[in-house]
Amino acid sequence: MKEKNNTIYLDYASTTPVDPRVAKRMMEFLTPDGEFGNPASRSHRFGWKADEAVEEARSHVANLVNCDPREIVWTSGATEADNLAVKGIAKFYKTKGNHIITSKIEHKAVLDPCRQLERDGFEVTYLEPNEGGIITPEAVSNAIKDSTILVSIMHINNELGTLNNIEGIGRVTREKGIFFHVDAAQSTGKVDIDLKELPVDLMSFSAHKTYGPKGVGALFVRRKPRVRIEAQIHGGGHERGMRSGTLPTHQLVGMGEAFRIAKEDMQNDIDKIKKFHDMFLDEVNNIEHVYLNGDVENKVPNILNVSFNFVEGESLIMGLKDIAVSSGSACTSASLEPSYVLRALGRKDELAHSSIRFSFGRFTNEDEVLETLSILKNVVERLRELSPLWEMHLDGIDLDTVEWKTH
Amino acid sequence: MAYSKKVVDKFEDTLNNPQAFKVGRFDPAELNVGTGMVGAPACGDVMKLQIKCEPKGNSHIIKDVKFKTYGCGSAIASSSELVEMLIGKTLEEAKAIKNIEIVEALELPPIKIHCSVLAEDSIRQAIEDYESKQ
Repeated sequence: MKEKNNTIYLDYASTTPVDPRVAKRMMEFLTPDGEFGNPASRSHRFGWKADEAVEEARSHVANLVNCDPREIVWTSGATEADNLAVKGIAKFYKTKGNHIITSKIEHKAVLDPCRQLERDGFEVTYLEPNEGGIITPEAVSNAIKDSTILVSIMHINNELGTLNNIEGIGRVTREKGIFFHVDAAQSTGKVDIDLKELPVDLMSFSAHKTYGPKGVGALFVRRKPRVRIEAQIHGGGHERGMRSGTLPTHQLVGMGEAFRIAKEDMQNDIDKIKKFHDMFLDEVNNIEHVYLNGDVENKVPNILNVSFNFVEGESLIMGLKDIAVSSGSACTSASLEPSYVLRALGRKDELAHSSIRFSFGRFTNEDEVLETLSILKNVVERLRELSPLWEMHLDGIDLDTVEWKTH
Repeated sequence: MAYSKKVVDKFEDTLNNPQAFKVGRFDPAELNVGTGMVGAPACGDVMKLQIKCEPKGNSHIIKDVKFKTYGCGSAIASSSELVEMLIGKTLEEAKAIKNIEIVEALELPPIKIHCSVLAEDSIRQAIEDYESKQ
C-alpha cells in the first residue's frame, strides 16, 4: 500500500487502514438517511434498527473467535478491555486473594493497570520471558501462590510477534481455579482462536489492528464457568452492567464487518504474508550481524523484529524515510531507554537500540517488500560506514571490552 | 518526532555524501592527529572525532577533521554540524565552541540537546589528545 507521498507502509502491527468494505458499511450508520438511532432506544424503529446492527456485529466478533455473542462486551478499544479485565477481576474477587501474575513484555494497557493495582494494595508478579520472548506455562505455574486470583498474559507480543501457548497456560490456571485473561489485540485474523476449546476466561480484542476503525474493541467474558467483573465505567448499565455508555453503532458495525472479513480472508492474508516474511528474512539474513528478535519457530509471520548491530535504530528509521516502520529504540519517545520488551529478552542495550519492527498486512504487495529490502541494505551499509562501532568491529576490537566514556 | 528540516537535511546529506561531509578516519597514532571518542553503545550514541592540526604562530590550527558517529539522526547531524565549524579554527577557538551553537544551527528539540553536548565533549577530548602529543 503506497500513499501519495510514496511511503511504503510496513507498520501494520501499530495500526491498519480500515478496509474499504468496512468503511462503506460504517457509513450506513451515521447520517439522517442511515440507521443513526441509539441502540438503547426501545420505543421506536430507529433504536430497534441500530440495536439489530449492533447485535449482528457482536455475532461477527463472536463468530471469529468461536464464542457466544453474549460473552462479548463492547469497549473503546483493547486498552479499555485490558483495564476492564485486570481491574474488574481484581476488584470483584479481592476477598479471594490479592496476587496477580503477568509478564514483563505485556502491553502497557496491562502493565499500567497492574501498577495501579499495586498502589491499591495488590501484589503483582512480572514474569520474565525466555530468550525467545515466550512466557511458558511452567513459568506461570511456578509463580502461582495461594493468594493468586488472576493471570494476564498476552497471546501475540506486539513488538516481536511471538506467540504464547495460551492453551497450556490456561490449563494451569483452570486447575488452580485462577482467572486467565489474554490480551489478543494482535491475534484476530492472524491465528485461529477457538474460545469454546481454549481455557481462557477473558480476552481483549481491538478493531484497528484487523482493518476496522480505531476507538473500538471488545472484551470476551466467559459465561460458563461464569466470570464476574466489577464495572469500571458506570452510567446506564449498558452491556449487562459491565460497561456503560451509548453504543457507537457505526464503530461496532465497523468492528463486526472487519472481523467477518477477517474470518473469510484469514487464510489468504496469512499465505501471502508468510511468503513475504520468508522472502524478507532470507534477504535480511544475508546482511552481516543481523539478529531476529523473538523465537522464529514460535511467531506470527506478519511481524518481524530485527536488530542491525552497529547501527542505531532511530537513524536507521530516518534513513528509511520512504518506509513507515517502528523502532525498538525509545529515542523516538520521550525516554532514552531502549524497548522494555527487548531488554526483557536479555538483549544487550545496543542491540535493543538497533532494532526495527517491520509488520506486513493485507495491503502489502511484493514490490513494496522488494523495494524495502533494497533500500534497507543500502541504508544499513551507509550507516555502518558512518559508525565508529562498525569500524572498531572491523579492526577486531571486542566492543564489550571497551571502557566507554558515558555522558 | 519533532525533527527540524535542518536536522533531516544535514543527516541525509551526510549519509548520502560521506566523503564531502568528512566521514572517515585518520591514523590515530600520527602526532598531528587528535582523537576524541565519547558516548557508549548502551546509551545509543558514540561519537568519534579526529582533528589534524598544524602549528601556526603561538597556536595550532585545525587543518582537517574526520568523524564517525553511531547514534540517532540528531547525533549524526550534530557531529556533522560541528565538523563544519572546526576547520580553520585555532585550538583556542575550537575549545570555545559551545553546544548551544549546534542546538541553534540545527534547531534541536529539547530532548535531543544531549546530542550537542556529546559533540562538544568530543572536540574537547580530541584537542586534549592532540595537545598531549605535542
